[in-house]
Amino acid sequence: MHDRLRAGLLIAPALAVFLAFFLIPLGYLAVAGGAGGYSAILTEPRFLRSLISTLLVAAATTVITLFIATIMGLFLARVRFRGRSTLLALLTLPLAFPGVVVGYLVIMLAGRQGLVAEVSLALGGDRIVFAYSLAGLLLGYVYFSIPRTLLTLMAAAEKLDPRLEEAARSLGASPFGVLRDVLLPGMAPAMAAAGAICFATATGAFGTAFALASRIDVLPMVIYTEFTLQANLAVAAALSFLLGIATWAVLALARGASGGAAA
Amino acid sequence: MSIAISLRACGKTWAGGARGLLPIDMDITAGETLVLLGPSGCGKTTLLRLIAGLEMPDAGGQVLFDGKDVTRLPIERRNVGMVFQSYALFPNMDVTGNIGYGLRVRGTPKNEVQKRVAEMLEMMQLTEFRHRSIDALSGGQRQRVALARAIAPRPQVLLLDEPLSALDARLRDQLRQEIDTLLRVLGITAIYVTHDQSEAMALGDRICVMEAGRIAQIGSGRDLYHHPASTFVADFIGDANRYVTQTGEVILRPEELSLRPNPNGAFMITRVTFLGPVLRIMVRHRDGQELRADVPDDVTLQPGMRVEVTVGGAALMNTDPPDLD
Repeated sequence: MHDRLRAGLLIAPALAVFLAFFLIPLGYLAVAGGAGGYSAILTEPRFLRSLISTLLVAAATTVITLFIATIMGLFLARVRFRGRSTLLALLTLPLAFPGVVVGYLVIMLAGRQGLVAEVSLALGGDRIVFAYSLAGLLLGYVYFSIPRTLLTLMAAAEKLDPRLEEAARSLGASPFGVLRDVLLPGMAPAMAAAGAICFATATGAFGTAFALASRIDVLPMVIYTEFTLQANLAVAAALSFLLGIATWAVLALARGASGGAAA
Repeated sequence: MSIAISLRACGKTWAGGARGLLPIDMDITAGETLVLLGPSGCGKTTLLRLIAGLEMPDAGGQVLFDGKDVTRLPIERRNVGMVFQSYALFPNMDVTGNIGYGLRVRGTPKNEVQKRVAEMLEMMQLTEFRHRSIDALSGGQRQRVALARAIAPRPQVLLLDEPLSALDARLRDQLRQEIDTLLRVLGITAIYVTHDQSEAMALGDRICVMEAGRIAQIGSGRDLYHHPASTFVADFIGDANRYVTQTGEVILRPEELSLRPNPNGAFMITRVTFLGPVLRIMVRHRDGQELRADVPDDVTLQPGMRVEVTVGGAALMNTDPPDLD
């Protein structure tokens, strides 16, 4: 009984913070939507469309990021070469950038006056501009998702037992077989964990979307517009709550798949 | 099935310039078990990995399987079975999945895989564990699974890298006997790396003692024990006294010495330890040199007693028994 009391006292601060800054606002948010807010989402196809496109962009970002970061993580964990630490520092540089800066970088690359546009024009083609489309948004999201994903996957790749790979090869496994049967299963928990974070970040990313998403409505943008410009608090609250639930569900799934290693 | 292996001028220099292995020539007969024995860092594991195809020898080195040059052939195409100290079992597969892996990746028909896996499970007494996950196995069971996995695809040569070092002493003895039986039943060419001389003695048809990247001596356990080529080999295989006589240094096994009480003897007993099967006695010569002698239990031998020491049989690396007075 004494121990229980002490445990209760020790956890009390955490509970208080959780209650004050998480449960109460979230509960309020859930309620603030009201019947009107939720029904507006269901009846107005624009809102549902933006929810779906947000989740799709986040999913695509996750898949592309994991693909790139898994390859890089395995490579950087195994191969020692001159300039490796410099390369790693450069690759993780975007960690320090706010989303708006990342959006700006994408515009520099693929905007109307961007590098891609100038080069394509100089080569006699059309001015290629994709900064403000889905492709531009995806590029920005992938760019800022790579550093954190890469660091997690590199750590996981370093922990893989090289003997497992040697054992598989001695049994006749091709390089692809080693990847399928040893490396990917060994990396799977870390991939699920890193992928979940990547997905959650991409669904909520505002700065990049703010700088780029003039042609596609991703949910954080819609919420911002409804809240500040239309003063439509009910819809903004309902959308926020749904976005939170959807992201949480994906994280919970990833946690289940990775056996508790995910965030 | 079983093949002969030859190494020609196989050396290994590491990226930093350190010599892992000086160029070595070696022939391993088909069906033979060769043990590579030596302290850590002597190059025995490097030599094994060269044979496996996990390392490439320095330029000019050649690895031959049955006369065919396989130096450039990667491990997955050499048809070798490997067993590691750390087991290296696939954690994402159960016992059956692990044992059948080598057959599956070679595209063996499913019913044949099942048949062969059942055979291996039976042979290694693992049938009741066939659906267990690797986590749920003891160390000894894991190593039996690893052996079964290595043998299942019928490799031409079995390579074992300190397979028993992670097990406790009792289990080690038991599994060592199982491996011994297995190698004899299969008649497979096997190369076994260890730093444990009793393991080497028990398993090897021949033992190759290695020292600092080179072969110190190759021979049967009996050869190495009775005719060591160097003091290093004598020290590494069995217990050895180094003793300087007027004619030079001799190596004397403790069990080859006998003591006889003699008030005018050149030696004095300094310590007596009862070890069970033998009495280990330390004696010191007038000139200060010490010898260990293992003699049958004898309560009359006490510290402080003067004795004379005689050498039964030939001293190591010497043909004549030395005179120890």
